[in-house]
Amino acid sequence: MKQTRRRCLALLFVLPMACISATAFAADLVVSAASSLTNAFQEVARAYEAVHPETHVVLNFASSDTLMRQIVQGAPVDVFASADQTAMDRAQAQGVLSAGSRVDFAVNQLVLIVPSSSHARVDALKDLLGPMFKRVAWGNPTSVPAGRYARRVLDDAGLAGALESRAVLAQNVRQCLDYVRRGEVDAGFVYATDAAMARAQVRIALRLDSPTPITYPMAIVAQAAHASAARSFQHFVLSADGQALLAKYGFLKPH
Amino acid sequence: MAPDIWQPLLLSLKVALWATGLNLLLGVATAFVLSRWRSRLSNLFDAMFTLPLVLPPTVLGYYLLVLLGRRGTFGAWLEHWGINPVFTWQGAVIASTLAAFPLVHKAARAAFESVDPQLESAARVLGLSRLAVFFRISLPLASRGIVAGALLAFARALGEFGATLMIAGNLPGRTQTLSVAIYSAIEAGDEAGANTLVVVASLTCIVVLLLAGRLTRGHAPQRVV
Repeated sequence: MKQTRRRCLALLFVLPMACISATAFAADLVVSAASSLTNAFQEVARAYEAVHPETHVVLNFASSDTLMRQIVQGAPVDVFASADQTAMDRAQAQGVLSAGSRVDFAVNQLVLIVPSSSHARVDALKDLLGPMFKRVAWGNPTSVPAGRYARRVLDDAGLAGALESRAVLAQNVRQCLDYVRRGEVDAGFVYATDAAMARAQVRIALRLDSPTPITYPMAIVAQAAHASAARSFQHFVLSADGQALLAKYGFLKPH
Repeated sequence: MAPDIWQPLLLSLKVALWATGLNLLLGVATAFVLSRWRSRLSNLFDAMFTLPLVLPPTVLGYYLLVLLGRRGTFGAWLEHWGINPVFTWQGAVIASTLAAFPLVHKAARAAFESVDPQLESAARVLGLSRLAVFFRISLPLASRGIVAGALLAFARALGEFGATLMIAGNLPGRTQTLSVAIYSAIEAGDEAGANTLVVVASLTCIVVLLLAGRLTRGHAPQRVV
């Protein structure tokens, strides 16, 4: 009895070890990309590998700030694709980016979405004051970039004060999307790419021109182990093929 | 796209087992030393060892990154030896070990303190060496508490997310543990995938804890009369 028990325990420890073997490719291009790029970059990476079979693209998704901290502390990353300029600015200030490699590769847009079941019509932002909209969500402006954009747009329209009692502040843009798709709120401000992800459940009611364009920058890390593959990947993202894939997920071309 | 379940599951198990094993060594050592060392300093150390339980995991991960990154003080020294734990599964082990450490340390310390010192003295008087007393008296008597702590540590390590994401990254097939895979699936809007992974993670934890509870049952220390 005691013997079997020991054997079981031993098995419990040995099994997972045996099942995993380290897989390392000769050319592993590590691309750190913002979470909002998850779907788009997975497809971009597959398309890139199809053209460049000698390179294996390893994607690392987290918030832009987390990725920036990892790179600043010397994580083995080749390409950094950020969802906002601030994180990229900080990386650049720390001197961890390859000089002259920074380029904007995608543009996002702020949109007002409603649940697809909603019959509400929105021609202008002031329609949000109507009785159909009891609760409206946007990201907390102190910590969510999309929330800051939304707040600025509302301020410019002179609606921020009037909407205050209906506001629901989300902790991130994905939570805001979730509130709308579950019908917890009657409308919400998210990025066009988030709306594209939940096409079946939400409808874009209004596309908004942000006072400052929402651009995604990308750069090659100075200590990149695969600098030439990194450059080639960057070219691919900026190419017509790469841009077409990004467009599929709601991103616009940078000017 | 259905996420690959096996890879993150096996990786999580591997990381959690390593973290539990390391914590058994580390936690039992610190707990024994602090339970026998009567000093005001020992309380200070105890508080320090409990810190990972209180700190937000992302902060913990950030400290680890600063310490172990190529640009970090300790990391630069490791790099010298060709070791870079950032973006490796070993990095995930370090994160999980640190996050789960207080659970073993606290449980083991309480267990060692509940051991009757007279039994240890008696063994010494009867001629056992200090080492022999530890292995034949103190450790067996404290084993229940230690195992309970280790099980909690295993569960904590299995679910570790914040610190792991920071130091080990989110590299599918390499450092993407179950918790990180769940986060990724949610970020990708893949609700069905996330749900599957959540069920797998929960079931795994329940099964492992039940199994471990069963394996350790009947290991109650025999009363030394």
